[in-house]
Amino acid sequence: MKKFERLISGLVPLNIENIDTDQIIPARFLKATTREGFGENLFRDWRYNGDNTLKADFVLNNPTYSGQVLVAGKNFGCGSSREHAAWAIQDAGFDVVISSFFADIFKGNALNNGLLPIQVSEAFLAAIFAAVGKNHKAQLDVDLENQTVTIADTGEKTDFEINSYKKTCLINGYDDIDFILDQKHLIEEFEQAK
Amino acid sequence: MSQTLVEKIWDAHVVKSEAGFPDILYIDTHLIHEVTSPQAFDGLRKRGLPVFRPKQTVATADHNVPTINQLQPIKEELSRYQVDMLTKNCAEFGIELYGLGHPFQGIVHVIGPELGITLPGKTMVCGDSHTSTHGAFGAIAFGIGTSQVEQVFATQCLLQQRPKTMKIEVNGKLGKGVTAKDIILYIISKISAAGGTGYFIEYAGSAIEALSMEARMTICNMSIEMGARGGLIAPDQTTFDYIKGREFAPAGAEWDKALAYWKTLYSDADAKFDSVLTFEAEDIAPMITYGTNPGMGMGIKENIPSTSDQPDKEQLSYQKALDYMGFDDNSSLIGKPVDYVFIGSCTNSRIEDLREVAEFVKDKQKAENVTVWIVPGSKQVEQQAINEGLDKIFERAGFQLREPGCSACLGMNEDKIPAGKYCISTSNRNFEGRQGPDSRTLLVSPLTAAAAAITGKITDVREMLAEA
Repeated sequence: MKKFERLISGLVPLNIENIDTDQIIPARFLKATTREGFGENLFRDWRYNGDNTLKADFVLNNPTYSGQVLVAGKNFGCGSSREHAAWAIQDAGFDVVISSFFADIFKGNALNNGLLPIQVSEAFLAAIFAAVGKNHKAQLDVDLENQTVTIADTGEKTDFEINSYKKTCLINGYDDIDFILDQKHLIEEFEQAK
Repeated sequence: MSQTLVEKIWDAHVVKSEAGFPDILYIDTHLIHEVTSPQAFDGLRKRGLPVFRPKQTVATADHNVPTINQLQPIKEELSRYQVDMLTKNCAEFGIELYGLGHPFQGIVHVIGPELGITLPGKTMVCGDSHTSTHGAFGAIAFGIGTSQVEQVFATQCLLQQRPKTMKIEVNGKLGKGVTAKDIILYIISKISAAGGTGYFIEYAGSAIEALSMEARMTICNMSIEMGARGGLIAPDQTTFDYIKGREFAPAGAEWDKALAYWKTLYSDADAKFDSVLTFEAEDIAPMITYGTNPGMGMGIKENIPSTSDQPDKEQLSYQKALDYMGFDDNSSLIGKPVDYVFIGSCTNSRIEDLREVAEFVKDKQKAENVTVWIVPGSKQVEQQAINEGLDKIFERAGFQLREPGCSACLGMNEDKIPAGKYCISTSNRNFEGRQGPDSRTLLVSPLTAAAAAITGKITDVREMLAEA
């Protein structure tokens, strides 16, 4: 799994709530049998017209915004369990998603792939949108070790929560399978006791 | 100590619990399908691992499969490849596959229960968010991502945080024309598409206890639509009667032993839930959604809530949803013409759903302006419908009875709703483009869908029931 420690980057603001995984990657693009290449179809129906031309007014098509942080409205990633959503976001070059609220399965999928989901308060989310509204090149400083996000332009800073185990996994690039496999004897004992 | 049902089942499956770490939770049954498994099998190959407990894994092909001429080669190349990969992977790793042509094939959440694989007290997972369906039997069942599918393949376990618990009680008697689907759409409309996030929800109360297993599955199925990790209902005589005699259900002495255990599966009277909500059945009308998430639902005779009544910062998203649907604030949906009617999906494609629709449409004809697809949840449901003569009723009504699969619920196969068209659907999600690019979905019960099929427009089914 990809390691994550600290990132200073511009951001792409997507100020929409309840963004579901069908928007992130529509079902008709889930037919690949590998993990690569989903970024091409990230937000497919918001990015492209029916004739495959780009929709000029969609933020991901606006070169003014760039960076490895996607910032979105609350309840991000609701709906289907498709991990392809996390793969697509990562494949499109993002390492962090910030929202005021994440759907559970999406959050777990992101963490399992080294894509860092950061939940911030509504007020801090609004501060990020305000900062990028003023300066499209606004930068965020995401520090996983200290669990903070700072808006570089204004110095506004917030803490964020992350499970300590998951934090260790991200910093070291470990995944859950490595962790459980180390304890396989316990699983076999559990089965025998059943 | 008093415990909730979730806590009882959870505790019985914890392999290891350590402060600062998620629990290692043992998984009894792993269901898989063609879309979310190939990368997990690849992961095993890369690590040089086998499937740890292949006998506890069951596979079917459902998401991509055609619903007509199902036994001919799948025309779409990528779909065919994905279904072929599942066959190949199951053979390589020793997993039982109920693939196309098998009499047990069907939507993964329909076949588990009907085969007696889904049982009270089990932990069950699948790379599919509607796995919560199996909770109807008093099981802990939830959807997982592909990395977790790989975890379960490799270890038969998952790392999981202990969930919060919520109880939702629905008491009293449902009105005429009001069904389980209306109960769940009503609850979601009250607590929003995110209102259950982080919780396992136990549904209880007299209105829930009165429901059949099929109806309970409809309720638990949509738990994820309010963000919940899962939903479940304590098993009772209705549950036991449903399970008894099914293909893989315990029998003989095993049955007696299982039954004795299942009877201990309920929340203790003084068990503490993190949250409790109560609703009255009589407040629930036939429901319909008007927006682009399942929380945007209302009683079918109500008017669409106005944008200005939404919280300030939600108004933009709300208006965007109404624009997508082509609906106005404060307007009624009654009488709006519809183009497609889809009766199917893991929410409403069981034999009881088909019987209810058949009973209603008997000796009626569909309206000329609508295309009606009925997609049974499994080969067994399809066969049962034919045995009962429901296929003839549908044919006379002008409905197409197709072959089993997920179909137009998510449009991965050819069954897509064209751009701009309205589809009255018994499925579970009305997200933008869910049923095909730019399609517009209105979620309803099978009865309300049947009413729209006959009239060609959005109709309060209660008025048609009164006529009869």
